Amino acid sequence: MKKLFVPLVIVAAAMFAYAPVAINKVPLESTMLLVQKIFYFHFATWMALTAAIAVCGVASLISLFKGSKVADWYGVASAELVVIFGVFGLFSGSLWGRKAWGVWWQWDPRVTMATMLVLIFLGYLMVRKYGGPGSEKLAAAMGIFGAATAPFVYKATDWWRNIHPPTTVMRTLGEKFPAAWDLVLYCTGAFLLLVVLLLAARVRLEAMRAELDRMYLALED
Amino acid sequence: MASVVPGVIKVALLVLRKDIAIEARSREIVYTTLLFAVSCVLIFSFAFVMEEGVPVEGAAAGILWIAVAFSGTLALGRTFERERYGETLRALLLTPGSRAAIYAGKLSGMVLLMLATEAVLTPMVAVFFHAPFFARPLQLTVLLVLGTIGFASVGTLFAAMLVRTRTRDVLLPILLFPVTIPVMIAGVRGTAALLQSPPDEAVATLWIGLLTSFDTVFLVLALWTFEPLMTE
Repeated sequence: MKKLFVPLVIVAAAMFAYAPVAINKVPLESTMLLVQKIFYFHFATWMALTAAIAVCGVASLISLFKGSKVADWYGVASAELVVIFGVFGLFSGSLWGRKAWGVWWQWDPRVTMATMLVLIFLGYLMVRKYGGPGSEKLAAAMGIFGAATAPFVYKATDWWRNIHPPTTVMRTLGEKFPAAWDLVLYCTGAFLLLVVLLLAARVRLEAMRAELDRMYLALED
Repeated sequence: MASVVPGVIKVALLVLRKDIAIEARSREIVYTTLLFAVSCVLIFSFAFVMEEGVPVEGAAAGILWIAVAFSGTLALGRTFERERYGETLRALLLTPGSRAAIYAGKLSGMVLLMLATEAVLTPMVAVFFHAPFFARPLQLTVLLVLGTIGFASVGTLFAAMLVRTRTRDVLLPILLFPVTIPVMIAGVRGTAALLQSPPDEAVATLWIGLLTSFDTVFLVLALWTFEPLMTE
């Protein structure tokens, strides 16, 4: 990963630099017109968030049952990413909702549940910060329960049927509008690469922090 | 295996009996929780009753469930605070039974306590907010029992794991409420469907089904993670 990090950063930077150009080039969708352009980043953000939640859930399981420190670092790194991408996704969704639905915030079930997911992972970070000694374990439990609730968020729209487009929209987009579908995949790829890079950087920071603690302790002995 | 399963039930029942015995003598948690729930409902009456003394339509379901969640959180904190104060949690964890059995015992005590509170709370909300809670008593009971199990299953686990934490009082609701939101939504929506005239039984049944699946997921996860979480 160390050797790959810098080249991958360059690739990610190039992908993000080209993304606005590509989004500008793709033809307008007939009903939503210009507003719909925000969709490419909006969808990619939520995919990045999903990936981060999955990492956090698995890392929390491993750290709780095996007591692995590295898994714990991945847990905290991915929980932070969930919060960051969640806030960004809620923000981009709010901008889109203002234009598409006419309101900044709509208590649509999917929006509600997404907010709850962000709150869960904020809780994860809170426990780590204020939980005192042994808080990694408590946070791991929070990560496991957060990841377990996530699928219900995904299915929420299908169950409630509110104004947020149901999940079948994505499944049929490829046939109806191939240019848009390709661009959605491109943006999702760029965001997932960003997740990997941020995760690697954050885990390295935790590793260095642990190493520093170890050196301090060794010095005092 | 045959001897393990009855052993688990036996330990769970012993823990439950212990909690009931303490509660029957002091009645501390049941009285404070009930009074807190009643105060919650009274505060809601200021917000949801209009000038003419007529409550806002459809508010009753939400009020009932919020009172249940708030008073439940209080009771969860207290029941483990008592273990910590009496320094009995360590003794409890040292018992030669499985940790899952201790969790099951604690959980059943919690569910019984919350159900006792709800038995008083539900008629009260029905009278105060003119809500036809007893049009479909069976479905309402199923909703309340399943919702309480879902809430208490996560709550018992979180309260137990937070017991050694200094900031447990604030952390418990911060962690518990977002995770149990699916349970709350299902409970409120299902109850609201029953309060319509005529009651929408199909919708209520749908939410009962969803609550069952939430409960299953939460219970399995809690039983599975209780052991490593309570190991020092």
